[in-house]
Amino acid sequence: MANVPSDLKYAKSHEWVRVSDGLATVGITDHAQHELTDVVFVELPEIGRQVKAGEACAVVESVKTASDIYSPVSGQVAEVNKAVTDNPALVNTEPYGGGWLWRLKLSNPAELDGLLGPEAYAAQIQGT
Amino acid sequence: MKRTALFESHQKLGAKLVEFGGWEMPVQYTSITREHLAVRTAAGMFDISHMGEIYASGPAAESFLNHVLTNDARALAVGQGQYTLLCNQGGGTVDDLYAYRLAPDEYLFIVNASRIPNDFDWLQRQWAIFPNADQVRLRNASETTGALAVQGPRVAQFIDSVFPGPSLAGTVAGHVSELKKNQVARFRFGTAEVWISRTGYTGEDGVEIVAPNDVIVSAWNRLLEAGQPHGLIPAGLGARDTLRTEMCYPLYGQELDEHTSPIEAGLGFFVALEKRDFLGRSILAEQKAGKLARKLAAFKMTERSAPPRPHYTIWAVGSEGARLGQVTSGTQSPSLNLGIGLGYVPPESAAPGSLLSIEIRGKRAGAQVVRKPLYRKPS
Repeated sequence: MANVPSDLKYAKSHEWVRVSDGLATVGITDHAQHELTDVVFVELPEIGRQVKAGEACAVVESVKTASDIYSPVSGQVAEVNKAVTDNPALVNTEPYGGGWLWRLKLSNPAELDGLLGPEAYAAQIQGT
Repeated sequence: MKRTALFESHQKLGAKLVEFGGWEMPVQYTSITREHLAVRTAAGMFDISHMGEIYASGPAAESFLNHVLTNDARALAVGQGQYTLLCNQGGGTVDDLYAYRLAPDEYLFIVNASRIPNDFDWLQRQWAIFPNADQVRLRNASETTGALAVQGPRVAQFIDSVFPGPSLAGTVAGHVSELKKNQVARFRFGTAEVWISRTGYTGEDGVEIVAPNDVIVSAWNRLLEAGQPHGLIPAGLGARDTLRTEMCYPLYGQELDEHTSPIEAGLGFFVALEKRDFLGRSILAEQKAGKLARKLAAFKMTERSAPPRPHYTIWAVGSEGARLGQVTSGTQSPSLNLGIGLGYVPPESAAPGSLLSIEIRGKRAGAQVVRKPLYRKPS
C-alpha cells in the first residue's frame, strides 16, 4: 500500500506539495514512484522560471520510460534539488523527503484549495 | 489480453503487470534494477510461457528446416539447439527463434510471442508448396505449453536438486548441470517430464524449461523454493529487456522486422550461405558480399544524459550533422549505470569508435559506437 502522508496536498497527476513560509516544495508521490519504477535520470526546471499550475516542468526517467512532472501550483522556481539529479534513486527511496524536486514562490496561494487532501488522493489511487 | 498459467502466481508475488505482444505479463516484481543485478550476480527466474512452441517432425523435417531457416539444421545433433532466423524471399525477417533437435526426426522451435500466428501461418504456407510435404508435420503447441528461463551464475548450484537426472531423451546427461551450452534434454520432474536446455537471453549461464502449462506452474514453485537460498528471485520482462540489451541480443519488432535482414542486424553468423538454396538466400548472399545501406550499431552515451529510447533520432556529430538513423532499443544499463542502445546507421558510422549524437527530447547528447556486446562479465 502506497504511503500518503497526512500533512501534504496532492495533485491528480501524482505530485505532492508542502507549503511553508510562502514556499511550496514539490515532489512525486510514493504511488507515482512505484508506478514509474527505478528512476535513473531527473531533469529539473531552471531557477527563476515562472510556471503555471498544470504545466510540465520536470522530467523523471525510469528504466522503462520518460514521464513529465507537472507543477501542482503556479509560481516562480526558487530552488531545485541538486541531490536528486546526482542520485535519481532518491525519488524511489525517499519520495517525500530527500527525493523532493523543486521549490517555488507561490503566485496564487488560492490554488492550494483546489488540490486533493490525503484522503481524496488515497481514494484516487485505490481505484487504480 | 492473454494470460499465462502463472498469472495468479505473478499477482500473488505483487508483480506490476503490463501488456507485451498481446499478453499480460510481469514487467517487475520489486525493481527492474534489482532483478537485473540478481541475474548478473546470483539467479533470476522469468515466466516465458507467452513464447510460442512449434514442432516440426517427420523424415523430411531436416530438409524443410534448411529450406525455411537461415542457419544449417544439418549441424544439429540430437539434443542440440541453435539460434536461427525465418526469412522471407526478400531477406526480411519473419521471426528469430531457437530450433532444437529433440529426436532424429523431431524439432522444436521456440518463437516470439507476438509472432506465433504469423510464424505458424508462414510455415504452413511454405509447407504446402514444399516438395516432400507429406513427410513433414507441423504442430503449434503454444496454447498448452509453458516455459521458464532460470538465469544467473548460481543456477547450476540448485537446478539438479529440482530435476533429478539422468536425462531421458535428447542429450545424454547424468544431471541438468552437465548440459553444455545449447544442449537440450528431457528430465523427470515428479511424475511429469520436461525439456531443459542450457540457453537463455541474458548473457548469463542458465537454463530454459519447456513443459505443459500445469507442470510449469509446479516447476516455478519448486524452483523458487530451491533457488531462494542461492539468491534466486522472480524477474520480470523489464529486467529481461535490460539484460538482453546489454548483450546486444535483438528483440523482434525493434531490431528485426519483415523489412530488416539478419545481415543488417549483424547476425550473418547465423545465415549459412554454404547450404543449398533457402528462402531469402540470394538477397542475403548479395548483402553479405556487398555494401549494406545500414547496419545495427551498439552505442554507449559518452556524457551524462537521460537514457536513449526506441525511435529517438541518431545524428552525425556537429551542428551540420546529418540524420543517420533511429534508436531501436535503448535504456539505462543497470550493470554499467549509463545509457546504452542499439540503432541502425550507415555502415561507415557503425564502426566501433564512431561518434554519434542522440536526440533525447529535443536535446542532443554524445554517444560512441562500441564493439558488441555492450556488457562483458568482469573476469
